[in-house]
Amino acid sequence: MQGNKKDVVLSLRNLEVTFGEKRKKFVAVRNVSFDICRGETFGLVGESGSGKTTIGRAIVRIHPTSAGDILFNGQRINGVISKELDHEVTQKIQMIFQDPMASLNERAKVDYIVSEGLYNLKKKLSEAERKKRVEKALLDVGLLPEFASRFPHEFSGGQRQRIGIARALIMEPEFIVADEPISALDVSIRAQVLNLLSDLQKKRGLTYLFIAHDLSVMRFIADRIAVIHKGRIVELAETEKLFANPLHPYTRALLSAIPMPDPIAEQKKVLLVYDPSCHDYSVDKPRWLEIEPDHFVYGNEKEFEEYRRILSSSTGAGGV
Amino acid sequence: MGSQKMILSVRDLNIKFNLRGRKLHAIRDVSLDVYEGESLAIVGESGSGKSVFTKAFMGLLDANGYVESGRIVYRGTDMAGFTEKEWLKIRGKEIAMVLQDPMTSLNPLKTIGAQIGEAVRMHQGLKGDALKSAVVEILKNVGITEPERRAKQYPHEFSGGMRQRVVIAIAVACRPRILICDEPTTALDVTIQAQILKLLRDLKQKFDLTTIYITHDLGVVANVADRIAVMYAGDIVEIGKSEEVFYDPKHPYTWALLSSLPQLGKKGEDLYSIKGTPPNLFYEVKGDAFAARNPQALKIDFEERPPYFDVTETHKARTWLLDPRAPKVEPPEHIRELRKLGGKYNAGK
Repeated sequence: MQGNKKDVVLSLRNLEVTFGEKRKKFVAVRNVSFDICRGETFGLVGESGSGKTTIGRAIVRIHPTSAGDILFNGQRINGVISKELDHEVTQKIQMIFQDPMASLNERAKVDYIVSEGLYNLKKKLSEAERKKRVEKALLDVGLLPEFASRFPHEFSGGQRQRIGIARALIMEPEFIVADEPISALDVSIRAQVLNLLSDLQKKRGLTYLFIAHDLSVMRFIADRIAVIHKGRIVELAETEKLFANPLHPYTRALLSAIPMPDPIAEQKKVLLVYDPSCHDYSVDKPRWLEIEPDHFVYGNEKEFEEYRRILSSSTGAGGV
Repeated sequence: MGSQKMILSVRDLNIKFNLRGRKLHAIRDVSLDVYEGESLAIVGESGSGKSVFTKAFMGLLDANGYVESGRIVYRGTDMAGFTEKEWLKIRGKEIAMVLQDPMTSLNPLKTIGAQIGEAVRMHQGLKGDALKSAVVEILKNVGITEPERRAKQYPHEFSGGMRQRVVIAIAVACRPRILICDEPTTALDVTIQAQILKLLRDLKQKFDLTTIYITHDLGVVANVADRIAVMYAGDIVEIGKSEEVFYDPKHPYTWALLSSLPQLGKKGEDLYSIKGTPPNLFYEVKGDAFAARNPQALKIDFEERPPYFDVTETHKARTWLLDPRAPKVEPPEHIRELRKLGGKYNAGK
């Protein structure tokens, strides 16, 4: 992990997001708490429907929250907030979307798509200044400034995702929510976009919340990983600790599902399937515990004992 | 491999598309043999022609596309010149296809049972109760619980993974001999992806299918494929047994594809990425199509198209690097690591 540990940019406290009204209420995110430090990449992994995107959208204030707090630089940003703070948050927290084919306005030119956020700034920019910023943002993501006068359909998937990234960068954000930014892309393009993201992070000290369903990408990009299942975080650890000693059965199932470019190992591989009924929480109530430094897991006392045994028997290496 | 029976044999296939008065050469002189009972994966970037190539096996080319020359021989019959009427006998019954996105490949207005039943009725002529029980049996085969109840439901009541199971159920409903899976898991989660791949493997065993996978992700196919064909710019640049392609790849494009897998990346270092874009197929490609993006390209790569060089009896690649006169070019670091992984395999050769 980079930087000072105490320098928390974004902090979630017992966050809950629900959809629907009383009788048909659905809790999409329950009791989620974590801190994201400045300059780090925080990974959020889970299957579709686990609530990982909902958390990302709650942070950028698209979804209202029903309980808990989201703190950005120490200030509460969910619920009712002042107009000034709202402006500040919209500028400083930006989002990169999953599908570059669907997230760009087909009728607008790249120039407008990239600079749309700037029109909302308090301090109006002159036309020349705006143009200059667009040009710079495009260059930063490896596109040519001439592209500003073109329409999205003239670009390939990878280029479109770069436009999406330029649109986020132009606001000079501190924090970026990247919601599955590469899962709609080809493998060869994936590498380019991942490199671009980590490059920008180094240059500008950005902080990322990286949402994905695929742990193989996470190992490459994330400093810490939280595994979410059915709206609840079940395990949180530094990347290498998580890969060395996955404790929660769901994490282990996710890890076993990573396809490896190794035919012999693949043929021997046993696929783990997570069955939530393997937990018996009727008497022994589950809780959230730091089982080793910087490694948290959700479980009950009986499971913690089992997990401790796994931790003590492993020498740090090994794992999956 | 030589002893195995060939089920599909493609010879010097050329496919072109008419686009705004110009001709796009999508498949350039491709030959491929598919053996009975094997599982073959065709890997390539988007636009490499992998989908067009396999669509030609079912007569599903878009209206502006046509087979210019070459043969597609299925069990002794050349299908390249088939009319629509002739294709109907092949499609679904002999060769079936699973498409990429289960969200769009099912009819939202019909029940799952009706959609599977349609295929069974058309090809096997079953009716009434016999049809119903056949549908339930098929759903059971693809691992859907409570098939009687599920058959009466609509696609929106199914999750993505379940829908893909249904699409697979429809594809295998008429016991085809060849099943083509076009990116069967790209739209799905990793955990579901692993389950679907397992299902496809099981069905292959059970029904004695020959399967052809199409994918852009080399990571996925290690699990399912016996043989791998790497496609680039409308041409197969390398083909071999799965172990051969993963542990001892020869073509620079295969090196590049493998190196860019995030599974092999190291944190803090840049992931390998392929520079540039694939060639424009509106123009004739000169030399090795990958040369322009290959930092280690030889001079001859820009001038003359390389022939296939045999590495082993089952493994061949279209690259001048295999020519005895070529200078020795070391593969990138990731490939050398993969080679170590397959150490035992390579040693036993």
